[in-house]
Amino acid sequence: MEKNVVLTMRGISMTFPGVKALDNVDFTLRKGEIHALMGENGAGKSTLIKCLTGINAFESGEIHVDGISGPVVNHSTLDAQKKGISTVYQEVNLCPNLSVAENLFIGREPKTRIGTIDWKTMTKKSQKIMKDLSIDIDVTQNLENYSLAIQQMIAIARAVDMESKVLILDEPTSSLDDNEVEKLFVLMRRLRAQGVGIIFVTHFLEQVYAVCDRITVLRNGQLVGEYPIEELPRVKLVAAMMGKDFDDLAAIKTEDKTDYSKAPLYIEAKGLSHKGTIKPFDFEIHKGEVVGLTGLLGSGRTELARVLYGADKTQSGTMKVNGKEVKINAPIEAMNLGMGLLPDDRKAEGIIQDLSVRENIILALQAKRGVFKLLPMSKQIEIADKYIELLQIKTASRETLIKQLSGGNQQKVILGRWLATDPEFLILDEPTRGIDVGTKTEIQKLVLKLAKEGKSIIFISSEIEEMLRTCSRMAVLRDGQKVGEITEDLTQQHVMAEIAGGGSK
Amino acid sequence: MSKLKKLTGRTLFLPIFCMLLVMCANIIYDAACGNFALNFFTISIQNGVLYGRLIDILNRGSEIAILAVGMTLVVSASAGTDISVGSVMSLAASFCCMLLAGFGVSSTNELQMPLIVGLLAGVLMGCLCGTFNGFLVAYLDIQPMVATLILYSAARAIGLLLCNNLIVYIRNDSYAVLGKFIGPVPTPILVAAACVIIALIVLKKTALGLYIQSVGINKRASRIAGLNSRKIILMCYIVCGLCAGIAGLVNSSRITSADSNNIGLSYELDAILAVALGGNSLGGGKFNLIGSIIGAYTIQAITTTLLAVGVSTDVAPVYKAIIVIIIVAVQAPAVKDYFSRQSAKRAAAKARG
Ligand SMILES: Nc1ncnc2c1ncn2[C@@H]1O[C@H](COP(=O)(O)OP(=O)(O)OP(=O)(O)O)[C@@H](O)[C@H]1O
Ligand SMILES: [Mg+2]
Repeated sequence: MEKNVVLTMRGISMTFPGVKALDNVDFTLRKGEIHALMGENGAGKSTLIKCLTGINAFESGEIHVDGISGPVVNHSTLDAQKKGISTVYQEVNLCPNLSVAENLFIGREPKTRIGTIDWKTMTKKSQKIMKDLSIDIDVTQNLENYSLAIQQMIAIARAVDMESKVLILDEPTSSLDDNEVEKLFVLMRRLRAQGVGIIFVTHFLEQVYAVCDRITVLRNGQLVGEYPIEELPRVKLVAAMMGKDFDDLAAIKTEDKTDYSKAPLYIEAKGLSHKGTIKPFDFEIHKGEVVGLTGLLGSGRTELARVLYGADKTQSGTMKVNGKEVKINAPIEAMNLGMGLLPDDRKAEGIIQDLSVRENIILALQAKRGVFKLLPMSKQIEIADKYIELLQIKTASRETLIKQLSGGNQQKVILGRWLATDPEFLILDEPTRGIDVGTKTEIQKLVLKLAKEGKSIIFISSEIEEMLRTCSRMAVLRDGQKVGEITEDLTQQHVMAEIAGGGSK
Repeated sequence: MSKLKKLTGRTLFLPIFCMLLVMCANIIYDAACGNFALNFFTISIQNGVLYGRLIDILNRGSEIAILAVGMTLVVSASAGTDISVGSVMSLAASFCCMLLAGFGVSSTNELQMPLIVGLLAGVLMGCLCGTFNGFLVAYLDIQPMVATLILYSAARAIGLLLCNNLIVYIRNDSYAVLGKFIGPVPTPILVAAACVIIALIVLKKTALGLYIQSVGINKRASRIAGLNSRKIILMCYIVCGLCAGIAGLVNSSRITSADSNNIGLSYELDAILAVALGGNSLGGGKFNLIGSIIGAYTIQAITTTLLAVGVSTDVAPVYKAIIVIIIVAVQAPAVKDYFSRQSAKRAAAKARG
C-alpha cells in the first residue's frame, strides 16, 4: 500500500435484486484528507459505505486498510470500528429509548472496578462531549426527546469520540443548519490535522467546496472519477454527477411582485400554541402564497407547522380555514380540510418501511377516502406510476419495498404521497432533505407551479437560498416563538440578521 | 441454489413446508407400521358422516383457525399477542350456557331463552373482552402481553362465577348445532371456513389490510398520513375477542356444556404459534392470513399425529415446544443473517474460482 493511504477499495461490485448498485468501483482515502463522495440519489454512495462497514456483503473486489495485512472484510459496524473505521450512517441509527449518554457510549461503556457500568463517569464524559460541541442538552434524557438535528449531532459526536483512522459521514448535515454545520466543519478540520481520513457525503455543493480536498464521483453505481478539488469546479462537478450539463443555480423564480394580501385568505390562525414546543403565535397564509419558516435549530419551525396540521394539538387560540372556524384534533381532520404535511423526520414519521413504493404513495389518499372506499388496483398503479415518473423516483419496480430505496428516493416517494392527495395547503418540512442537486431544482419548480395553481405552501428548509428562491414571505422563529415576518427585502443577509436576532432588538 | 432461495423467500413457504413435513411424517409412520401408507389422506363415509384423519384435523383445528384470524390482526397492528383468547373462549361459553340454563342450574333440558340470543350474548361477551384489551393497549399504551394478562387470568374465573362453580350441561339437541354435523360435514369446519372467508373478503374489499399493516410498521408515520392508529389497534383487539367468542361457543357446543376450567385451555399458545408458523413476524407489520390458517391446521395435524403415534396427551406439549423453538429460531434475525452471510461467502468463493 502506498504510504499515506489509509484505505483502498478496489473493483467493488454489489447487486441488489434487480439493481446493480455498485459496478467495479475503486476508492482511495489518504491520511489527513477530507474526501467527498458525490453522486445523484441512488448512485451507490451509501451502498459503497455499507460494503466497507460490513452491512452489505459485496460480491467482488478487495478492501485494504492501513496497518492490516491482507484484504479486509468487515462483518458489522462494530467489526469495522475495531479496525479503526467509525461511521455515521445516513439514517440516524441510535436507540431512541436510551439516554443520550447511553447512546454515546453504547458498546464501550466505562466500567467500574467490579465490572459494572460506571454511570457517573459516563454522564460526566457525555456532558463534556456535548459541551465541546456547545450543544446544551440533558444527557440523561432519552434520545427521542430531542429533534432530529440534535440526534444527528449526537450520532456525529459518538463517531468522532472513538479513536479512528477513518471517519465516514453519510449526509451528516442533512438536517443541520449553518451554525451546526460550521461546528461540524471545525471538528472535521481538527481531525484532518490529526491525520484522520474522512469520507464525506452530502448533496450541498457549497459544503464540499468549504472543507473537502478531493472528490470521487459515482453515477449509476459506476465510478466516474477521482479529482482534486481544484480541478473540479461546481459546474463540472454537477455535470460529472448527472452525466450532462446542468445549471442548478439558474434563476427559477420569476420576479413577480404579486401582492398576495389581495388574494383570499386560506388560513387565519390566532394564538395557537403547544406546551413545551411553541409559544402562542398568529399565522396567516393566502391562496397561492409560499411562506417560509426560518430560524435556528430548535427555534420551533417544525413545531409551528405541526400545530397548524394538528400533529400536535393546540392548547389555545382559534383557527380559521377558508374563513370558517375549525378545530383540528388529528391529522386526518386537517387532511379533510385539504392540508398535507411532509414531515422532516423521514424515517420516524414518513416512510412505512415494509410497504411497497405503491402502497406508500397511495396511503394518504386512501386514508382520506376512508376504509371502505378502497382504491381499485388499476387506479393505485396509475397513481404510483404517475409520481414515480413525475419525481423520477429511482426504484426497481413500483412493488419494491420503500426501505430498499436510497434515502433521496424515499424522500421523493413521501412527497409523491402528498401530491397524490391534491392538497389545498401543503406544509413541506425540509422537502429536499437528501435530494440531489438536479431534483432539488425540480422540486423548487414544482413548489412554484403548485402555488401558481392557487395552492398555499409552507416551506421549511435549513438552506436559506432555497427558501429565497421559492418564498414570497418568511416568518422568523426564535426559541419556540414567532418573532417576526420578513416581507420586504428578501436577501440572504437580511434574513440571516433576522434569524440571529440582531435586526429587531 | 438461487432457485431454492427464491422458493424459501416466498411468503407462504414456511407454513406449506411445515404442513408437508407433517404429512410426510404420517406417511412414513403408516408405512413403517405396515398400515396403508396413505392412511392419512383417506376419507370415507361412515354412519352418513365424513370420516378420516384429515377430516379429524380439519374438524379439531377449527377453533385454532378461528382464533388465528383475530390473532393475526392483533400481532400485525400492535406487535404483540393477545394471550387472553383461551380464557375469553371459556368466559363466552360460560356466559352463553348460563343464560340458556339460568343462573345456578347445572343441567337443563329446556332453554331459558331462544338459542340465538344465548349465542349472540356469548359472542358479544367476546367482543367486550376484546374491547377491554384493545382499550388498554391502544389508549393506555400498555404492553399487549401485560394488558391481556389481566383477562388471561380473570376471564376464566369470571366464567366460573357466572356458572356458580358448576359445569353447566345443556341437554338440548339444538345447542349441539355448532359442534356436530350439517349433512356429512362437521359444523366446526363450516364455521371456521365462514370466519376465514369473511375475513378474507373484508381484507380484499376494504383498505383495512393496508391500514393495519401500516400502523403495525410505523405508528407515527401512519398518524401523519391520516390514519387513526389507536382506533385501528382497538378494532383488531375487538375482532380478536369476537373470534375468541365464536371459538368458545364451538368448543362448548361440541361437549354441549360449559366447563369453565377446561374450555380453551392453552389455546392462546396454539393461536400464537399458528401466526408464527404462518410466516408472520411476531414483531408486527406485514401479515399473511392464509399463512396463519395453514399454520393453525398444521398445529392440529402435529397434535393429531402425535396422538396417533401414541404419544400421550401429557407429553405432547414437549414435542410442540421443540417445534416452536425451531420455528422461532429460524425466524430470528441473527440466524437469518448467519445463513445469508454463509451463502454470500459461498457465492464469493465461487466467483473467485
Ligand atoms: N437494501 C436494499 N435492497 C435493494 N436495493 C437497494 C437496497 N439498498 C439500496 N438499494 C439500491 O441500490 C442503489 C444505490 O443506493 P444507495 O443507497 O447507495 O444510493 P445513494 O447514492 O446513497 O443515494 P442517496 O443520495 O439518495 O442517499 C439504489 O438504486 C437503491 O435502490
Ligand atoms: Mg445514501
